[in-house]
Amino acid sequence: MNDMTPITTTPKDWETDQEVRWCPGCGDYAILKAVQRTMPELGVRPENTVFVSGIGCSSRFPYYMETYGFHTIHGRAPAIATGVKLANPELDVWIITGDGDALSIGGNHTMHLLRRNLDCQILLFNNEIYGLTKGQYSPTSRVGTRSPSTPFGSVDRPASPCSFALGSGARFVARGIDTHKNLPAVLKAAHAHKGASFVEIYQNCIVYNDDVFAPFTEKKAAPENQIWLENGKPILFAGGTKGLCLDRTDLKLHVVDVVDGDWEAAGVIVHDETNHGVAQMLIDFGPGEGGPVALGVIYNHPRPTFDRAVVEQNNAASSGKAADLQKLIGKGQTWQVEKEPHVI
Amino acid sequence: MASAVRELTPREASAHPAPEAVVVRFAGDSGDGMQLTGGQFTLSTALAGNDLATFPDFPAEIRAPQGTTFGVSAFQINFGSTAIETAGDEPDVLIAMNPAALKTNVGSLKAGGLIIADEGEFGARNLAKAGYEVNPLTDDSLSKWQVMAFNISQLTMDAVKPFGLGNKEALRCKNMWTLGLALWMFDRDRAPLIQWLKEKFAKNPVLADANIAALNAGHAYGETAEIGGVGLGNARLQQHHIAPAPAEPGLYRTITGAESISLGLVAGAQLAGLKMFFGGYPITPASAILHHLSRLKEFGITTFQAEDEIAAIASAIGASYAGQLGVTSSSGPGIALKGEALGLAIMTELPLVVVNSQRGGPSTGLPTKTEQSDLYQAVYGRNGDAPMPVIAARSPADAFDCAIEAVRIATQFMTPVMLLTDGYIANAAEPWKVPDMSGYEPFPVRFLDHVPEGGFKPYGRDEKLARPWVKPGTPGLIHRIGGIEKQVDTGHIDYSPANHQAMTDIRRAKVEGVANYVPDQTVELGNESGKLVVVGWGSTFGPIHQAVRRARARGHDVSHVHIRHIWPLPRNLGDLLGSYEKILVPEMNTGQLKTVLRDQYLVDARPLNKVSGQPFRIAEIEAAIESALA
Repeated sequence: MNDMTPITTTPKDWETDQEVRWCPGCGDYAILKAVQRTMPELGVRPENTVFVSGIGCSSRFPYYMETYGFHTIHGRAPAIATGVKLANPELDVWIITGDGDALSIGGNHTMHLLRRNLDCQILLFNNEIYGLTKGQYSPTSRVGTRSPSTPFGSVDRPASPCSFALGSGARFVARGIDTHKNLPAVLKAAHAHKGASFVEIYQNCIVYNDDVFAPFTEKKAAPENQIWLENGKPILFAGGTKGLCLDRTDLKLHVVDVVDGDWEAAGVIVHDETNHGVAQMLIDFGPGEGGPVALGVIYNHPRPTFDRAVVEQNNAASSGKAADLQKLIGKGQTWQVEKEPHVI
Repeated sequence: MASAVRELTPREASAHPAPEAVVVRFAGDSGDGMQLTGGQFTLSTALAGNDLATFPDFPAEIRAPQGTTFGVSAFQINFGSTAIETAGDEPDVLIAMNPAALKTNVGSLKAGGLIIADEGEFGARNLAKAGYEVNPLTDDSLSKWQVMAFNISQLTMDAVKPFGLGNKEALRCKNMWTLGLALWMFDRDRAPLIQWLKEKFAKNPVLADANIAALNAGHAYGETAEIGGVGLGNARLQQHHIAPAPAEPGLYRTITGAESISLGLVAGAQLAGLKMFFGGYPITPASAILHHLSRLKEFGITTFQAEDEIAAIASAIGASYAGQLGVTSSSGPGIALKGEALGLAIMTELPLVVVNSQRGGPSTGLPTKTEQSDLYQAVYGRNGDAPMPVIAARSPADAFDCAIEAVRIATQFMTPVMLLTDGYIANAAEPWKVPDMSGYEPFPVRFLDHVPEGGFKPYGRDEKLARPWVKPGTPGLIHRIGGIEKQVDTGHIDYSPANHQAMTDIRRAKVEGVANYVPDQTVELGNESGKLVVVGWGSTFGPIHQAVRRARARGHDVSHVHIRHIWPLPRNLGDLLGSYEKILVPEMNTGQLKTVLRDQYLVDARPLNKVSGQPFRIAEIEAAIESALA
């Protein structure tokens, strides 16, 4: 790791010889390409990179990355990744998961990974449906979703992945879209953040939930419905003609018109990615509420990582102590038997 | 126990007068400190050179309502001048700190045995809580025993008066007063206890002095009070000196199963040349292993208290994947949760040690009581054909070697291994002759770090059918693993019929092949053929061994076989069992090993089952031997 020569790879170097087996037109292809395009820009080595996944369509991902990979069991990728990272903190660990994997069966592990702040990237492919089991509604499906298990429409309210992450104590929360050109930039930011970096990626399931995100991902709808956040910049969209302001009376974000680019006059706020309260408002702002969706890095406020804390404590507690096994097993209140056993 | 103390020769075993052994049971309220008292009495017993075995028997509730029968906590110790294998069938002495303790424990007291009771606690309120209508100390209900009742509470208060403690604090010294009396009864040195109290209460010297005063007062009470004439079995109580047991020369300490497993895992990791990662989730009676290992970071150990049982094993698998020795531990309900992940470890062929400290089941069952009912779970309890080696420890001391053996098999064969112990082994203490670690053969792990001749095959095999262990971070060996069926050699995803058949066969052959690398089954006691063999596994070793010894002393043709390698079974076991006319399998379950033996060898193994949460008594197994031979 002390080798300072720059590491040059091309996207090709990150592709495996395995045939990709997602449905034609699946958003996962676009994400795979985005990740393979991003990796060379990170200056990391394929052999030091580990992709860990759970179960679901998204979790086939590691087979297609020319890195070390572990396709584990449903929901448990965060727990396996925790063991990998604690055993070797030098490894660059990526978790690939989906809405069912991370928020239903594995919700507990996702929560604890985030609160502990294990240094890794967790990419949640949210398609709001169970694809691999043929289309049942998922914990992120909207109320009324008709599926094989909910023929009359689902009645339970969906979880918000980013809100879950923020509530669990995540220090990096971002959103991207499978086919959007900005996805590599979001992934780069996630990698640059030391700690658990949570990225929700809106991913279109062409078979079971096609166009569920179209109201904001469709080309025509995009300008009016996508707010790409940039730290230190005013929160503007629709080609700079609209922005978000914070109403001091109801303490809510509102869309305001920006005339002649004078965002200050319109009261548009500047994005501060370390502001936890505004991050929560930005997360809540979009889907389901009919308004534009906040995308990009919503929250980025690093603090010391779990793996570093564990290593530091291990070192501090070991310092000055010899690992003398013979001494260890002979510890405590002991006694010496001197005589040979007596013979009756 | 057997591992610590030299086995008696048959001549010694039948020699007269029989070597002396005494069973003492301390019983009181959960808050009376009986486990502490028992533990310190154990230490003084060990320091006096007696062999011993203990049985801590405590409620699941941390502080059950005071004075109730379900809040009674007891500690039994059997010690003597000869090899002691069990905590004893029937106590000779019962120390009852309140009516509930008397009520719940007096039933097992030997006829003519001695009851020492704190009459200060036998007031109307406590009697009612225990369900006594009349004070048993004053009517004739205890007439088959000898009763010595005195006001231990008051005597303690008097003894600690100079230290100005409050009533409650003063009464907390009762257990030390009682311990003082017990030390006097068995002619024990008080000095180590006084030293221990000084260290324990170093920050509060007044409490240290008060406890020491109570200890001394109890001891002095034995010396001066007129209690001569009260008998202990056939011997006189006054002062009862038990001679040291014959033991191999060397350094000894007392050890519990939880300590022994922890140390064995550390030793195993060192012998393998690995760092250890322990993922655990608190559960009775397994948590003690997590506690012990958490303090040993200088041995290259990372401990991780996970969010649940599944994360505990999953993180351990992740650590094994990254090149450390992954270890997790739990008890039955937690092992059930780990089942799917065990399958993943089997499929990805990663080393892993899983310790199961069995307790009474099913479901939450009896968290603090002992049972051996997870054998099926260990051998069979996973989806798919998922073979996995299983090892069972017979005693606290034996657990050390078993833990090393588990690490050896896991790392040499690239497989998860389950190590079975139980609540009894985890909590009980016995003397242990500290082994010389230079006598253990190292089994260093060799990670694959280069492309071998003929190319790299992630699922290629060595002579043990183990696949190579490659650490992520190794250049040139990038590959991917997972729970989906693997292609032979390449490890790519492969669902094809012939491949699944081949991989299932390989996984089975690999685990069966472990039997070629474990010792043949030996006979613990008796001959290699004959009329009857008593076959045991796990913590029933003590009572089976003593029962067989006694039966043999009476001239019966009976042998004892005790199985450590539960899966795969030793290669010669089938032939060995076939050489006896009858097979008796005592187990603390409804017949699990019995079923496995019948299945594997088509032998007429007969069960002897006990699932009361209490260990077998020697007499119960003796009776079964008698009736099998009748």
